[in-house]
Amino acid sequence: MNKPRRAERLLGWYLCAPAMAAMMLVTAYPIAYAVWLSFFRHDLRFPEQNQFVGLANYAIVLTSDVWWQALGNTLIITVCSVSMELVLGMLFALLMHRVVFGRRLVRTATLIPYGIITVIAALAWKFAFDPATGFINAVLGFDQSWFTRRWSAFLVIILTEIWKTTPFMSLLLLAGLTLVPRDILKAAQVDGANAWQRFTRITLPLMKQAIGVALLFRTLDAFRIFDTVFVQTRGAQNTESVSIVGYNALIARLNLGLGSAVSVLIFLCVLLIAAFYLHGFQMARSLSRGQHQ
Amino acid sequence: MSGQRDFMQKIFWGASTLVTIVYAIIPVVWIISLSFKRNVDLSDNRFFPQRITLENYYAIFQDAQFPAALYNSLAIGLISTALAVILATFAAYAIVRLRFPGKNLVLASSLAIAMFPPISIIGPLFNMWRTIGLFDTWAGLILPYMTLTLPLAIWTLSAFFREVPWDLEKAARVDGATPFQAFRLVIVPLAAPGIFTAAILVFIFAWNDFLFAISLTSTNNARTVPAAIAFFTGSSRFEQPTGSIAAASVVVTAPMIALVLLFQKRIVAGLTAGAVKG
Repeated sequence: MNKPRRAERLLGWYLCAPAMAAMMLVTAYPIAYAVWLSFFRHDLRFPEQNQFVGLANYAIVLTSDVWWQALGNTLIITVCSVSMELVLGMLFALLMHRVVFGRRLVRTATLIPYGIITVIAALAWKFAFDPATGFINAVLGFDQSWFTRRWSAFLVIILTEIWKTTPFMSLLLLAGLTLVPRDILKAAQVDGANAWQRFTRITLPLMKQAIGVALLFRTLDAFRIFDTVFVQTRGAQNTESVSIVGYNALIARLNLGLGSAVSVLIFLCVLLIAAFYLHGFQMARSLSRGQHQ
Repeated sequence: MSGQRDFMQKIFWGASTLVTIVYAIIPVVWIISLSFKRNVDLSDNRFFPQRITLENYYAIFQDAQFPAALYNSLAIGLISTALAVILATFAAYAIVRLRFPGKNLVLASSLAIAMFPPISIIGPLFNMWRTIGLFDTWAGLILPYMTLTLPLAIWTLSAFFREVPWDLEKAARVDGATPFQAFRLVIVPLAAPGIFTAAILVFIFAWNDFLFAISLTSTNNARTVPAAIAFFTGSSRFEQPTGSIAAASVVVTAPMIALVLLFQKRIVAGLTAGAVKG
């Protein structure tokens, strides 16, 4: 190998080494450690009882109602919020794309939820729906105590999620929308296609990739929901998400063995979701192609 | 006929714009109006305060909790941002400009970490930090924030660096600039917008985080704003002090909204850079 090529290689490695080292140390090593811990009885309150238990922790988690309930809850929140966000986000994207007067204003407005801390957004909506402090009951003429029933609590949690993250979705969709060539749309219009036909037959198929990426990131994000549930219900009325279950086992009850089993299962769920999208939208190839340009 | 249609369309888009804006600002206006309500009015179920007071703002700054959290949040956010951006700039420069085996490994690992559920590493980090003394310290939060934002920063910076006309550096050298001058006067100004964009996105992540903040801290030493606000205590332990929470929320939200609105073009470019060009 000639000298300059080798120098280039070395420089490349040196420049990437710090970032790689950090990523290995703070994510790869802990996840390996979590897998290790999940095979042990490891409770910080009873350190003398630590011992290898094989798959017993997984058996406990997978046969408990708490895990399956939480998984169901998480999936309900994920599916409801992401599908609503897709529709709303698409409407916002079309609006930002179409409106000439006030486009900046719309974009500015949609970025406000993005700039707000999730915990604060969750508290704002909690206070708004709270029968004592809130204005929602007064405005709607209801006499509902939203957080004492499961379905109404879910409604508020999902609403908060949608409010907070639709801007992100709409920006990704807008970026995909601007890639649709205008002359194709013009040609279709000349050929007599109406607005709906142009949207479903031309715009949507051409945006498949952008929609796939937006859905992937938002689904993974929604699946790890923690802040909103913690702030609004702490998991009461059977609204626990899987991340709340993991937090309760690990940090609240200091049961590292059992909690790590939950963590590893959540990690596997995330891998499954990612694989589903990468396969479903055939994104794997285009993602790697994008990196080589 | 067509004029009437145009008019209807204008009304339609105008109304949609209005609805969008109202949607975005309602919770913000609500929390602001809560923060100005007198404590006796907090339960009046009205949207706007009947009488405006600053008592909630005085209260949060008289307590030690909130100023400490504000200081922690700012310091931890800024240090994490600086570190993440420096490391990511090195890596992104190498990825865009150099040929070396292992490049794809860097991109693949950062993509994997971008999808990573933070709850999966909370337990091990909690245990490790307790053992090596990082629990409840700034470093204990800076490390995970820096690492988990590296993928975002690397992807954003790579996307920006691909657009930089690197040949200009050579041209400057031909025109007699020293290597350092060429770097400082040509490359830095061209790369700065991308670096700044990555920095904003990283800072917003660190500023927003709640899970690490409540799991890896326990006192005012390192507790950041989201954790402090969620655990504010009122007159009794079981009652959330609504007024103080609202005032604290306004104090930390106002500068963030200003930042986001001021740099909205950069944020939009940064958020969409990695995703769409792929």
